[in-house]
Amino acid sequence: MLKISDLKVTVDGKAILNGLSLDVGPGEVHAIMGPNGSGKSTLANVIAGRDGYEVTSGSVSFMGNDLLSMAPEDRAREGVFLAFQYPVEIPGVANIALLKEGLNAARRHRGEPELDALDFLKLVREKLKLVEMKEEFLSRSVNEGFSGGEKKRNEIFQMAVLEPSLAVLDETDSGLDIDALKTVAGGVNALRSEDRSIILVTHYQRLLDYIVPDKVHVLAQGKIVRSGDKRLALDLEERGYGWIDTAADAATA
Amino acid sequence: MSAMESHAAPYVEAQQAQARELPGAGVAALDRSRSEALEILGERGLPSQRDEDWKYTSIKPITRSRFSPAVSGVDCSEDFIAGSAIENLDAWQLVFADGFHLPHRSKTNGLPEGVQVAGLAEALTRDPGPIVDRLGSAVGKMPHGFAAMNSAFVGDGALVEVAPGVQLEKPIELLFVSGCSGEGFLSLPRNLVILGEGSQCSIIERHISFGAERSLSNSLTEIILDKNATLNYCCAQDQAERTFHVGGLFARLAHSAKLKATTVTVGKAWVRNDARVDLDAEGAHANLDGAYLAFGRCHVDNHTHISHNAPECTSRECYKGVLGDRGHAVFHGRIVVQPNAQKTDSEQSNQNLLLSADAQIDTKPQLEIYADDVKCAHGATVGQMDEAALFYLVSRGVDRETARRMLTQAFAAEILETVTPLALQSYLASHVSGRLSPAVPPGAAA
Repeated sequence: MLKISDLKVTVDGKAILNGLSLDVGPGEVHAIMGPNGSGKSTLANVIAGRDGYEVTSGSVSFMGNDLLSMAPEDRAREGVFLAFQYPVEIPGVANIALLKEGLNAARRHRGEPELDALDFLKLVREKLKLVEMKEEFLSRSVNEGFSGGEKKRNEIFQMAVLEPSLAVLDETDSGLDIDALKTVAGGVNALRSEDRSIILVTHYQRLLDYIVPDKVHVLAQGKIVRSGDKRLALDLEERGYGWIDTAADAATA
Repeated sequence: MSAMESHAAPYVEAQQAQARELPGAGVAALDRSRSEALEILGERGLPSQRDEDWKYTSIKPITRSRFSPAVSGVDCSEDFIAGSAIENLDAWQLVFADGFHLPHRSKTNGLPEGVQVAGLAEALTRDPGPIVDRLGSAVGKMPHGFAAMNSAFVGDGALVEVAPGVQLEKPIELLFVSGCSGEGFLSLPRNLVILGEGSQCSIIERHISFGAERSLSNSLTEIILDKNATLNYCCAQDQAERTFHVGGLFARLAHSAKLKATTVTVGKAWVRNDARVDLDAEGAHANLDGAYLAFGRCHVDNHTHISHNAPECTSRECYKGVLGDRGHAVFHGRIVVQPNAQKTDSEQSNQNLLLSADAQIDTKPQLEIYADDVKCAHGATVGQMDEAALFYLVSRGVDRETARRMLTQAFAAEILETVTPLALQSYLASHVSGRLSPAVPPGAAA
């Protein structure tokens, strides 16, 4: 599904990712953990195609295609989805208008007919249930005045409607209380399937109690320094991130 | 003779030539006010950029060639009017061709008793007495030569008078079509809106162009609201490239009267608007809003002036503009709180979205406060497209152009969404969206 090889990325001339490699198979859920500043969000943003990140070497292949050469909107249409760490408030653009435009752009891209208003409404109503959101959310402006929890639920709701092949969830657990976390995790779990891969970017192990990953990677100083199964996350929880930097330094030396 | 005066001279002469044939000529008070206005026009001339209020707006595009006052008898086809109608709008309607009322194209049947919706010329000819006293009363001191010109020629336009206590359930649309007489004509519509105590109505003043003819529309609307009267008013300006529009909106509000006035400029014309609202007695409230687009080489200037002349009045003002290409917009918002206007509550803002490096906005919010117990806030912003919001939309699969349009429309929507009736709101939204869509490059396949 996603194959990242020796990816090096700089931001304003500063090296953030230093030769990151990652292989995510279809249907797999990978957790990327790491301390602040380790490059987690950079990885998420580079996959989604945000401006301001310069890839200096390496490659990212998504379903056999060169992801880095694609415009962000084409990545989305091909099935890449980023759940934002800080969802943007967009006054005046209704949630439903954004989703309709996004979904139909993907359908056109795939050569499928656009959904008419009625079918579209039926679809989004069904997906709302996944994240326990009320229908009034549809007509509200994108994220405007939403609480932290509502914003994160809205990201998962969008993911449910757009049905991506690869979803990158950037710190979706941050700022959530336990109930909201359970709701969000429930939504993500419902969206797990054998042809959808998920990358969970997170600082804390807590999310992984609810969304159990197939693999856990530890990111430090811009590269993956340790990979394992879910037990690695528990290890981190116990020992903190302190030992990771030592490991990273050792790897670089 | 200065250059300024020479620009005004042809209009002074034209007025003198037809003064005796103007509607209601011979009525002493009317003759007097016309000749006073004419004198001001002659003395002051047309404004120049040396006038502080015209610093950023050059009238050279207007003075480059002369405009002849249109003459009555001009018509506009039924097909054209039907073709430019606001979809799903159920309204009484007066239609004007180059400022002249076309009774055969207007729809005023079924108006309730106590409501007069008529051509001003017709009313001035029939019974000038009650009108003459009030004509000019909302304008007060003549702000500039164009207003003086309009007042010197005052003849046709719309008269809307609503008797005390009457509430109109349907809006009234005043449709002004300019350019009907052909190339190089001037129209001078004058509208007078009088709402009696406790009455309510909605008025749409819409300006469009008949074709591509070069025309000047110098329009002036006076609004007089008696105690507790409520007026919902929208001026929609959607004219063509070679139309020049100077619009005046002058309103006087009595005790607890409420005015919501929104000016939306979506066309391609050169536009200068002057709006002045006088809050004359306690409890009066004005919402003065505007939305404007300036693309291509468009010029749109909004000068507003709200005067708090009595205690405990409130005003809210918000103008939002979207500028692209080499568009140029000007906003000057003046709020004056007179010494006795304690407990004034006033907010003003002007926000601009610049879509290109060559677009230009000159904005000047201005507060003048002569009372000490007041709450006033004002501010202006000039910004570019929000890149974070743009990326958010694009990351959902929306193409960049559509995303830009969605964000730009959203910016203007804050104003448009306050416009009623809904049919008018949809009309304005679709015209805004039409102006924001990228033009199909010449020769591109359909």
